[in-house]
Amino acid sequence: MSLDNNIIAHWKKSEFLLIGGSAGSFKLIFNIVKNFNSNLDKAVIIIHRKKNFFSEIEKLFAENSRISLKEIRDKEVIRKNTIYIAPANYHTLIEKNGSFGLDVSEAIWYSRPSIDVTFESAAEAFKGRCTAILLSGANQDGALGLLKLRDNGCLTIAQNPEEAEMPQMPFAAIEIKAAEYILNSEEIFGLLQK
Amino acid sequence: MSTEQEILSAQQLDELIDLIKKFHGFDFSCYSKASLKRRVIRIMQNKKQTFYDLKHTLVNNQHFFQEFLDEITVNVTEMFRDPSFYKAINNQVIPYLSTYQHIKIWSAGCSSGEEVYSLAILMNETDLRKKSFIYGTDINTEMLKEARKGIYSLKKIKSYAENYQYSGLKGSLTDHFTIMYDAATIHSELKHNTLFSVHNLVSDAIFNEFQLISCRNVFIYFESELQEKILELFYNSLAPLGFLCMGSKETIRSDRFKKKFKIISSKENIYQKIVT
Repeated sequence: MSLDNNIIAHWKKSEFLLIGGSAGSFKLIFNIVKNFNSNLDKAVIIIHRKKNFFSEIEKLFAENSRISLKEIRDKEVIRKNTIYIAPANYHTLIEKNGSFGLDVSEAIWYSRPSIDVTFESAAEAFKGRCTAILLSGANQDGALGLLKLRDNGCLTIAQNPEEAEMPQMPFAAIEIKAAEYILNSEEIFGLLQK
Repeated sequence: MSTEQEILSAQQLDELIDLIKKFHGFDFSCYSKASLKRRVIRIMQNKKQTFYDLKHTLVNNQHFFQEFLDEITVNVTEMFRDPSFYKAINNQVIPYLSTYQHIKIWSAGCSSGEEVYSLAILMNETDLRKKSFIYGTDINTEMLKEARKGIYSLKKIKSYAENYQYSGLKGSLTDHFTIMYDAATIHSELKHNTLFSVHNLVSDAIFNEFQLISCRNVFIYFESELQEKILELFYNSLAPLGFLCMGSKETIRSDRFKKKFKIISSKENIYQKIVT
């Protein structure tokens, strides 16, 4: 699938980018955030299920920073040109007033943070103003959330399961028709550079 | 483009909040909406209830409200949750507390009591048990009953024991419990210096003066204005130079209270009351 004008237009007008990833997506996410321009003009929210994801990416990111990267804190107001990482041991929710809310309720799909929880609340808070990408992972977290985002008019993308290290997560989303587009990582990079 | 039938709209959530306040006296109006809404939807899905079913049951079935409350208030807690927090308390706060004749501690939003007993164990291990007293409060009476028992499943204790190892305390967690079959009961001398009672942070007032207040992962459920109101309550409930402990991702956001507290540990979110 190539990048048509619709997808590029929807990406360009998005104010928020949500990225959900699990096993097999670290490198891809790092390459995505490393390549952002300092004039990105969007807020990027990353939910990765790995426990020490933030400290690992922060360490690598420090030398490459053109845009600020931080771990989400309760009630923090979402700002442009910032990359937010969901903290381990909490679910990250998005409030309608454009701030983050945290929650320590039960794990979902054996994980806290759950991608579904963030995606579902983002669908209500952001409506069509966002782009969401679901990457490699070995479970079905994020699929239902992505569907809700799509139903609310967001641009939804799943990584092509054929090239994903762990195909289950994007595959689950594609199966329930949650992904408007199925892209290879090169195409994802290409889109986010536009 | 949005065609999805919403299970619970924002207006319907507000209606429920009003109804609960009227019939049951609990005020959820300043709770963080995204989380609250998710909890309510979870109940509706588990019970296969529509919004109208839920409204009807909340008004007509007193027994159901307790169940509702159990689901709404997140009762997920651990002993020695964030072990590095206990390490920081031991190193940076205990030396100061030990100079007091009596040490009064308040664990606000204590749920099933895990934090109260973690603090009780810490006071015991630092030889301060005999002069310390820990109050655990919560809005949920059923949770308080569990807390008073001090009995936890062996499965839970096993997961808490790992936290304990990282907290820097000597021995092991099970040294403080009597184990029978698949349950572990906290030693009675650790229970002696604790008291569990109902207190609603939203509506109840000061009830004592404390050297330390711990309220961790409770503020996340409250909107900013309510957080500020409760900070006021905590500030007024603290003895001069008393300590306030918050959850690791929570922050004192208002400038007014930033000036009233000194940061003892920014990583562990430990603050000390400044007397002005």
